[in-house]
Amino acid sequence: MQFMLLFSRQGKLRLQKWYVPLCDKEKKKITRELVQTVLARKPKMCSFLEWRDLKIVYKRYASLYFCCAIEDQDNELITLEIIHRYVELLDKYFGSVCELDIIFNFEKAYFILDEFLLGGEAQETSKKNVLKAIEQADLLQESQPEDWGGLANDEIL
Amino acid sequence: MSDVVEKTLTALPSLFDSQTGAAKISNRLKQLIKSITELTSKHDEESLIKQELSAMKEQVSAPSTSMKQMREIMVRSMYCEMLGYDASFSYIHAIKLAQQGGVMEKRVGYLAVSLFLSEGHELLLLLVNTVLKDLQSTNLIEACMALTVVAQVFPKDMIPAVLPLVEDKLSHPKEIIRRKAVLALYKFYLIAPNQVQHIHAKFRKALCDKDPGVMTSSLHIYLQLIQESPDAYKDLTGSFVTILKQVVGGKLPLDFNYHSVPAPWLQIQLLRILSLLGRDDQSTSELMYEVLDESLRRAEMNHNITYAILFECVKAVYTIHPKAELLEKAARCIGNFVLSPKINLKYLGLKALTYVVQHDAKLALQHQMTIIECLDHSDFTIKRETLELLFRITNAQNVSVIVEKMLDFLRSCSDEHTIIHLAGKVAELAEKFAPDNSWFIQTMNDVFSIGGDLLQQDISNNFLRLLAEGSESKEEDDQLRLYAVDSYLTLLNGDASHLPQRFIQVMSWVVGEYSHLQECVDQSEVIRLLMKLLEQKSVSSETRVWILSALTKISDGQTDLILELAESISSSQDTILRQQAHELRHLSLDSKLHEWVLPRGAAWDDMEVDSSLSFLDGFVSEALAAGAAPYKPPHQRQEELCEQRALNLEPYSFSLPVSLSSCSITDRHSPTLLSVSSGLSGNSTELSQKAGASTLILEGVKRVWGKDGYLPQKETAVTASPVDEPSAAVQPVGQQEAAERLEPQPEPSTQTNDKQQLASSLFVGLSTQSSTSLLGKSEAPPPRFRKKPRPHGSSLSSSSSSGTSEKSSSSRTSHNTTDSFLYGSLLEEEPAGFDHTPKSITANGLGQNKDVKEDRRTNTSQILGSDMVIVRPNTIQHNPSTSSDLTTLLPADLKDLPHSDVISLTSDPSLSVSSCRVFRDEALLLVIFISNSTETDIRDVAVQLNCDQLETVSLRGNIVDCLEGRSVSVCHYALLMDDPHTNVSFTGSVSYQIQPGHTNTLSFSGTLSTADFIRPLVVTTDEYGKLWLSLSHDVKQNLKLLTDAGDPLQTTLNALKDTLQLHIVDIIGSEGIVACRLLSGAPCLLHCRVNGSALAMWLRSPLPALPDCILYHCQRALAQH
Repeated sequence: MQFMLLFSRQGKLRLQKWYVPLCDKEKKKITRELVQTVLARKPKMCSFLEWRDLKIVYKRYASLYFCCAIEDQDNELITLEIIHRYVELLDKYFGSVCELDIIFNFEKAYFILDEFLLGGEAQETSKKNVLKAIEQADLLQESQPEDWGGLANDEIL
Repeated sequence: MSDVVEKTLTALPSLFDSQTGAAKISNRLKQLIKSITELTSKHDEESLIKQELSAMKEQVSAPSTSMKQMREIMVRSMYCEMLGYDASFSYIHAIKLAQQGGVMEKRVGYLAVSLFLSEGHELLLLLVNTVLKDLQSTNLIEACMALTVVAQVFPKDMIPAVLPLVEDKLSHPKEIIRRKAVLALYKFYLIAPNQVQHIHAKFRKALCDKDPGVMTSSLHIYLQLIQESPDAYKDLTGSFVTILKQVVGGKLPLDFNYHSVPAPWLQIQLLRILSLLGRDDQSTSELMYEVLDESLRRAEMNHNITYAILFECVKAVYTIHPKAELLEKAARCIGNFVLSPKINLKYLGLKALTYVVQHDAKLALQHQMTIIECLDHSDFTIKRETLELLFRITNAQNVSVIVEKMLDFLRSCSDEHTIIHLAGKVAELAEKFAPDNSWFIQTMNDVFSIGGDLLQQDISNNFLRLLAEGSESKEEDDQLRLYAVDSYLTLLNGDASHLPQRFIQVMSWVVGEYSHLQECVDQSEVIRLLMKLLEQKSVSSETRVWILSALTKISDGQTDLILELAESISSSQDTILRQQAHELRHLSLDSKLHEWVLPRGAAWDDMEVDSSLSFLDGFVSEALAAGAAPYKPPHQRQEELCEQRALNLEPYSFSLPVSLSSCSITDRHSPTLLSVSSGLSGNSTELSQKAGASTLILEGVKRVWGKDGYLPQKETAVTASPVDEPSAAVQPVGQQEAAERLEPQPEPSTQTNDKQQLASSLFVGLSTQSSTSLLGKSEAPPPRFRKKPRPHGSSLSSSSSSGTSEKSSSSRTSHNTTDSFLYGSLLEEEPAGFDHTPKSITANGLGQNKDVKEDRRTNTSQILGSDMVIVRPNTIQHNPSTSSDLTTLLPADLKDLPHSDVISLTSDPSLSVSSCRVFRDEALLLVIFISNSTETDIRDVAVQLNCDQLETVSLRGNIVDCLEGRSVSVCHYALLMDDPHTNVSFTGSVSYQIQPGHTNTLSFSGTLSTADFIRPLVVTTDEYGKLWLSLSHDVKQNLKLLTDAGDPLQTTLNALKDTLQLHIVDIIGSEGIVACRLLSGAPCLLHCRVNGSALAMWLRSPLPALPDCILYHCQRALAQH
């Protein structure tokens, strides 16, 4: 896998993970172009996209688009399942995940991703093992006071 | 599952109340996010974040900031970076956080590092110590974090520092550590394969790890390794098969199930590995038939993940050595994909079909209705994949329908990459299968106008080359050219302002070259059209150059118009245009010269480019004698440039591939002015491969050589039955019948007539292909345009591809074809009409001297310098006054070795110095004879030899105390050439005393050529084939074929062998393979093929300069024959 992007229906980037070295300018350009292209596609269209010399595999979950770039010889369907497994992991971790969870806890989302994919390859596909690793690391975190402000949902979404 | 996720919106309110796990956010980040969402304009967001960033910047440098606060700041700066703002000030603090913080801070610090810093960032060096420390930590989490970061970003140069620690982790008791260590090593392997070469045995240990996770990770490495060299891992096939069997059989812990499918990721990885191992290898493939069958059978459940496995399985079945039963099952699977209502599966079905139609075109027939539906699909992706599929099944009968579809798609397409890609394919099909001339020209017109300036340069080059070289029949060629001219004149008569530059260039070249074929059009009308183009503002200056050279070609007899034009351009800002205008004026004033420089309708075939520019040798030797620096090829100059730098920070390999633009400049001075091959030898492999894949059609030639080199003649394996060409006259009725017969029609009522008609025109020709072509690609039917395969250095492609930039040598751009003609005529024996030496007509930058005689020599770079009389000097510039009696003086052990004649180097009244080259197997011996011409003794004779470019291995007898009257002393030097040079000059001196205390010095010099340093390389054909593949630098060139006696190929090769000490490995039909080596050991392989009246020579060597040198000498050898 070359990179993974998460963005909202409004085109706001929520997560980006690059597995190939690119300069910032190039990253921004790719992100901008891809977000535009993917958002323009209709719901019934297929989840794959030939883009430059890469294959884009994307899937929409509620208001979030998950988008991966793979090489031509890679398997598109399994990439789709990688996305799905990641969503499952997020879901399990946050307890029915939503975009807000990812916005406010994006570093957690990164931690989970790093346990699941490392250097662009699936590292651990057992859901249990990934979450175990995350929880162990989380245990060390001192408990923080939970203060959830009066943040109205429509302001974000 | 998705229903769980998709309730995001509805779940939100409850989320805020219930304070779930998501509520743990840091205060400041929450505030930031909140205030951003409250803003309405992008501008407000910008100023807010700028403010935030400067506040953070201040905070990070304050000493009072705690680690915990630092962590919070880091999270915020990650957020800002994600929004696209620059938070680079925090990079260094991310590293600090990873270094100094507690475990939680470390975690954030490492994450920030992996997000902020990409490979090669200089700050990464600061991370090395932290990683080292954490790798040694007893805290599992710390070690995990260190390995995670190492597997993502790590400075290449520092790998040795952490490698032992990472290696140790491979035997760590915890599987998570082992797994991450394996992935870290995989990363190391990707960025620096040499560094981990020694631990391949440990990879095997990881493969046998008891934990499935660790084993799965090791497969990433194996996939990579096997992709690079499948042969080295054949022994592991059994293990992979066993693993797959166990996985498929459900032997893994349930944890690894994904939607009740056991470890699908692992299965797919294994299938990919197996298909690589089984490709072209029957015995290995046989090991895996059973497990593949099992996989196909097991994957029944209707879920995406099983389709993912199935798809990989099908690919594997079609990649490995075929087995009929499996192929049948796989074909059925493809049917499931193609017929699926799910669009993703349909797409993969098309993709699978595209892959397998190469093996079995009939499969496409089975699904023709689906394919036609997909062709009109609203989804761009599906459409494109369908066209890709159609491209693969195109033949002479369905080409016009398929090309029409592709062009339709292109017209509505706005994606650059797609246009470039597909337009290239259309051009390829048009060239291969065009039914008639007008269709071909019309299609190419479409390609040029749709593709525009996005098109790859080689499309227009190939097109022009095809027009220029033509086929066997001159009449047909002229017809095609006439069509092109007519079509272009019509286009140019209309509004030409919207035409792409590339198209205008093509048109002007064709019009310039062939408009004379069209007799009913007045040349002045053509000139008017071209001049109109010149006036257009939208025309780029490169295009102007093309137009002007076209005008130059047809200017004959239109002096008034032309002079006016030349006048108007001669004040142009553009120097190249100014120069061209100058040339144009001269040529139009001197019709004799014009005719000689630009002969009308001259044949292309017999053209031979003397890439060694041997006619310049006289000039060069004079310049050298006058103290000019010897020529150095570009790569050598580049190397020297690197050496000169105080600190060479770049890896050497990077400096070698010379860029096209720089090359076109340097080429001005290169001995191979017209052959890009010399300048491009660094990357010509790539070029030629590309050409091989997309353009070169080598039909009719027995396929001894493939794209990848020598193909061992396995008659049994390649039994693709030749395609029966149905009669050229297309009979629509018969076609339809044929298509209907073959087409399984499940629900004929739903299919419209239109579609069936389309189907019959799309799939015509496929039915005749026999189904036994499963074993190999079916042979392409003979293309309409039999392009003569030409090696890359052919003049047109080289001149126009390097002529893309304005920097290129002006005369070359302006005469992108004329130069070839020029050389063609120059190379003929003594040109008759040379005596009327014309005035120098080029704006010659060097020619300050008005004297014509002098001018001859200064005109090195100007092709138009018609006063370049052929100078064919002998190999050595010194008078070869052979004194054969000297050879008797050769030491006894050298007498029997092959040696050259003895050449006198220099002499003075008392001494004469001669030399002789003795070709020893391991070195060149330069034997120097010093003869005393006087009757008296000469004392203290010492010989000194200098040659910077050669390595002196040994010397003998260079000092003689007393040389008696009329006697000869012999000394010899064993020399080696490390870097190939076409010619190397040596200088030396002999000092001697006739009277004691009075030393005389006599200096001498001479030239040695590469030919002296090469020896036959004795290899078998198989070894040759393998070696060929491993060599990277190649050069191609057409050489003269000696036809005077017997078999031309044999004669020519023998002539080369005699002069150059080559070894003829084998001659197969019209091809011959020859090998030699440089004394230092570097091989050079030559592949020669008879191509009409020329010998197409293709040279490969590990040394970039060696093929050029050898080619030069081959050319000379044949010219002198």
